[in-house]
Order: sequence, then structure tokens, then C-alpha cells
Amino acid sequence: MEQLHNTTLPFPGSGLAKRIVPCLDVKDGRTVKGVNFVDLRDAGDPVELAWNYSQQGADELVFLDITATHERRKTMVELVKSVARQINIPFTIGGGINEIGDADALLNAGADKISINSAAVRNPELIDELAKAFGVQFVIVAVDTRRIDDKNIVHLNGGRIATELETLSWIKEAESRGAGEILLTSMDHDGTKAGFDNTLLKTVNNAVHIPVIASGGAGSVEHFVDVFEQTNVDAALAASVFHYGEILIPDLKNVLRANNIEVR
Amino acid sequence: MEGNDTKDNTQALPQDNELPLQGAGELGIIRYGAGNIFSLTSALDRLGIAYGMVHTEEDLARFDRYIIPGVGHAGAAMNKLEQTGLVPAIKALKKPTLGICVGMQLMTAYSEEGDANLLNIFPNKTLRFKDSEHYKVPHTGWNRVSQQKENPLFNGIPNDAHFYFVHSYYIEYNELYTLASTNYSLPYSASIWHNNFYGVQFHPEKSGVYGETLLANFSKI
Repeated sequence: MEQLHNTTLPFPGSGLAKRIVPCLDVKDGRTVKGVNFVDLRDAGDPVELAWNYSQQGADELVFLDITATHERRKTMVELVKSVARQINIPFTIGGGINEIGDADALLNAGADKISINSAAVRNPELIDELAKAFGVQFVIVAVDTRRIDDKNIVHLNGGRIATELETLSWIKEAESRGAGEILLTSMDHDGTKAGFDNTLLKTVNNAVHIPVIASGGAGSVEHFVDVFEQTNVDAALAASVFHYGEILIPDLKNVLRANNIEVR
Repeated sequence: MEGNDTKDNTQALPQDNELPLQGAGELGIIRYGAGNIFSLTSALDRLGIAYGMVHTEEDLARFDRYIIPGVGHAGAAMNKLEQTGLVPAIKALKKPTLGICVGMQLMTAYSEEGDANLLNIFPNKTLRFKDSEHYKVPHTGWNRVSQQKENPLFNGIPNDAHFYFVHSYYIEYNELYTLASTNYSLPYSASIWHNNFYGVQFHPEKSGVYGETLLANFSKI
């Protein structure tokens, strides 16, 4: 079996790559945050933007749909179909998924995963139902967390509304109910460009047996090195540093590689 | 959908009414109700590979090669496949046949998932990854695929290229049948090959350019 050994790999026995995940905010089928990193014909077209990221070497994409009209499911399904037709990497869709029917429509349109946040807090059994219907690999539970006094507390509505839930215990509950992955956003770090919340991410990553995606605070290439080295999370997500071209994914991957972090 | 000139008359494909029906006589996707295939057919569309759907034994004759897709629970998938009545015909296929993910696991003898006896085209077993501190289950993400043999399926694909995996069950490594291996807590079969039968555990339709290369290679085998 000697020919099997990949002794050069940084993580013995596995070449599983750390994932770099750009996140796109979408409203009524259009990206809403400014984008100015490449020669896009239409910077508001989520499909063209997604295609560009896939060409740059993004490992996965997250679309966060913030459409607020009653047409939401229809516009999300159309978006997912367009993305699935064009993009050759996995993608997740989140925002406004409240019931099995939403998830089923998105799965049939080609989504690889869905992400649920407030709906899971309001109705934790939704996690069980989704995992049972579609498999745990389809269900990401997104958690927005903020520190209050000395505690990490789950928040809703983009960090505006505090819940009663302590973050780590909620994440463990989500895992036991059938979450296949956790997308953890630190609202204290989000937008600061001062780095990920490595302390909390390490605690969470050590406490669960499902993949953890770090989010909130990415400002430089070094922040990605830090989060992977210090916490061993599986993936790191960012939006504006990619959209504004402050970090180019090929450069980021070269730096990660130089730091012996396995990347694709 | 270019090249849609088939005289495909089959009495409807009710659950496929949103899918393009391209030229028959090419690649047949075996339909048995396990999993969504929109991503797979989208990849074939991008590559310009013509395909159609196989629901019955008669459909098989219309195609030159086959894909057995599959997502979800192997035992449940086998039950659905048995309900189609296609099992004996699939086992007797002489044309190139590619199983993807659970579709590949169905070609093994047995799966721990559902304690199920499967097609037994390959004598290997499908086992569950052991829970461990260092290896999360399901195995999710891009991992290296190490080619163990020469085969046109991997033409133009560098050794140890990354492919996209999502699975909790794996096929044992076997020197005779393992075409490519991946290490995740242990070396297992990322791809298997025997005569006209091929399988890949990863999702070529989600594995970037190399995944598309693999599908294009299969369309020419």
C-alpha cells in the first residue's frame, strides 16, 4: 500500500482542503453590495459574479437572499437555477427559508445546500425535519453571535435582536438535531476588517464534529492564515474584501499554500 | 439546448418535464427516483454532451453509455432501483457505465447504510467512516484524488487533483478495483473500475474544471 501514502501533505492522511467561500448578497435577483474587482459586464448579475469567483478558484459560494416580497421563493428558485446551469462548484443559498417546501424547491433547482438562521432559532425542529428529508449534508445552520457581558449570545436580524440562547449550546443543539455544517458569524467582528473571532471559532470547532465555516472580520490575507492555523475551521467566508478586490483569491491561496495550509 | 433532434416519443417523462431531452443514442441517465440531477444535466449541457433518460429496460438500448446518479441513503436507493425492474439489465450492461456517489456505492456488494445488499458488480463493501476527533463525518469538501492506475477516465487530470466530496460512507480500498484513492482517516476508493463499469465517489458535476474533464472523458470512452 506504499503507493497510497501522501507523506508531503500537511495533514497526515488527508488532503482535505480548507475552503475559501465568497458570499453574495442578493435582492430581487440582483447583487446588492458594490462590486468592482474585475471587468464585469454587469456587476449586479449574481451569476456572472459567481462565475468569476469560480474561475478565480473559490471553493464554494454562498448566496444570501434578502428579497422581502411575497415573490421571494420564485425569485430564489430562478436564481438557483441560473447559478446551477453556469457554475461548476458547490453553492449554498440562505435567507427566508422557513419550511420544507422552500428547501425542496431550492434542491430541485440545483442548490447543494441551504442555510437557515432565524427560522431555526424560532423553530428548532425545522433542523430535524430538513435533515430527515434531505440529509444532513444539505443543512447549514447559520449562527450570528455577539458578546453581551461575558457571554456569547445568538442574535437575529443581522445582529440587532438578542435571543436567550448561548451560542455554543445552541450550536451543539443544532448539531444534535441534524445540522451538517455551522456558519458562524461574529457580529462584533463583522465589518471591522480586524480578523476573525479566533477564540470563539476555536472553542466551537473543538466542540462539534461537523464542519465550521468562519465568518466576520476578514480584512487581510493574514487573517485567513490566522483563522486556519489557530482554529482549524474547515472554511472561511468573506464578502467585501473579495467584492472590492482587496483580496484576490489566487493570491490568498498562494499565501495559504506557503504557510503549509492545504488548499485546492 | 442545441441538437435536440430526437424523435423521443416515450410516453412522457413526467418527473423530467423541466429537463432538456437531447439526442438519444448517446448518454443515458438511469432514473430511479434517487436524488436531484439538475446539476449533473447542467454540467452535461455546458459540455455539449447529449443525453436522455432511462426509465425502462427498453430505454437502455437507445444509449451508448450510462450514468447511475444517486444522492442520499444507499439502502433506500437500492429499494427504488429494484422497483424499476432494471437491476438484472444493469448488471448485464456491456457498455460504459459510470456510477456517481451513491450511484457508485450501489455497484458494490453491500452497504452498511441500511444493511443493504446491492448490485454486486464489484465485490467491495461500502462502510461508514468511523467517528473520530480529527475526521469530521460527513467527509465534506475538496480532497485529493490519487490515481492508482492508467485509465482514460482521468485523461488530462493531474494526479492528486482535488475533487468535491460529500459522503459519510466509503468504498473499501481494493488493489484490483480501485482506480483512484483518497485518504480520509484511511485510504479508500475515490474511483473504481472493472471492465465497462466505473464509479466515482466525488461529484464531477461540482468539481470545477477537472470534474468537467472527467465527464467529457467518460463521454468518449
